[in-house]
Amino acid sequence: MEELLLIAVGAALVNNVVLSQFLGLCPFLGVSKKVETAAGMGGAVIFVLTISSFITSLIYKFILANDAILNGRLVYLQTIVFILVIAALVQFVEMLLKKMMPPLYNALGVYLPLITTNCAVLGVALKNVQKDYGILASVVNGFATAVGFTIAIVIMAGIREKTEHNDVPESFRGMPIVLVTAGLMAIAFFGFSGLNL
Amino acid sequence: MNKCTERLFNGLIKENPTFVLMLGMCPTLAVTTSAINGLGMGLTTTVVLVMSNMLISMLRKIIPDSARVPSFIVIVASFVTMVQFLLEGFIPSLYDSLGLYIPLIVVNCIILGRAESYASKNPVLPSIFDGLGMGLGFTVGLTAIGMVREIIGSGKIFGWKIMPASYEPITIFVLAPGAFFVLACLVAVQNKVKAAKAKGGQQEAASGCDGSCASCGNGSCGKAVFSVEKQEGK
Repeated sequence: MEELLLIAVGAALVNNVVLSQFLGLCPFLGVSKKVETAAGMGGAVIFVLTISSFITSLIYKFILANDAILNGRLVYLQTIVFILVIAALVQFVEMLLKKMMPPLYNALGVYLPLITTNCAVLGVALKNVQKDYGILASVVNGFATAVGFTIAIVIMAGIREKTEHNDVPESFRGMPIVLVTAGLMAIAFFGFSGLNL
Repeated sequence: MNKCTERLFNGLIKENPTFVLMLGMCPTLAVTTSAINGLGMGLTTTVVLVMSNMLISMLRKIIPDSARVPSFIVIVASFVTMVQFLLEGFIPSLYDSLGLYIPLIVVNCIILGRAESYASKNPVLPSIFDGLGMGLGFTVGLTAIGMVREIIGSGKIFGWKIMPASYEPITIFVLAPGAFFVLACLVAVQNKVKAAKAKGGQQEAASGCDGSCASCGNGSCGKAVFSVEKQEGK
């Protein structure tokens, strides 16, 4: 239990997926204009990342690294298998939500297709393998990473809403000021590395 | 041959993926802690880009349109896996410092973007040069950012000390926040140049990333995979 908690805090705050590992930077910069859309994106990422870490770690444990199948020599296929599984999973989740839970689909729908290209999803799947996490630990890691992403993108959107009408130097308008904001947030998140984990 | 040099020029300068299109931001910021890492990442991506462009261009008449993007992803992922093992075997130091970001080349927008917009429509030779140009453009961008961060952050360049001993390195520039600051300044400089060029004209803020990646996910990957599944459903 304690171990899982450490994984969760580490993934969500100390090694924040966007601000210290630069994964999922495109949606972080692209969909952070408004707090509502940012929260929607965050919700979709939490949803997909939790499911995808579960499925990819299942596949890794029971198919790729299974000693009964070719002595576990299929491990080298992980990148190819993971990316295909994630792409298919996102489509599947989208269809499932549309049929089963229309309100949730309406809230997250637009953001779901964007997630295939979110490198955080593949990144987490690969990291779970690299760190040799079990299935439960992988799910916790995926969920916590996505929560970290949501925290970062919602804070970013809040700041962007405030700085929208500020008097920014002309050449820093648009993307540069957003990047500077992200840099300052990254410094703030550095404070978490003082946590003794 | 003329067309090939034009493609090289296009990738290196006119449509430089890092500075003009702002594609592939994740590796751009993550691995540029030093010039040598940036160079290594750039060249690795170039190899994958050239190989995948070549193969996709060769197979462009065989791959059915509806299964286009999944096929591209498989091709790219295969080359990435090969390159990953080659690096692990022959340049282990680079493999260690790039780590997780080597397999993540698969989701680099540049590669799928070039496959979709150029290699799947053009003959083999121009596609190879297109990949080479784009890859080298990316390499130049990464190396430049890496150099700036290395000089400011540790007073070195390619591992050699160039700043005087009295210079106190600003360590934050080799850490995560520095990446954002350096890129912000580079884009600001670029905006300035653009504004000076288009005097009086309307200045466009560089918002490449949200446009490009959004369209990448929206238009190509998502829909194409979907259409495949729909057909299977039938």
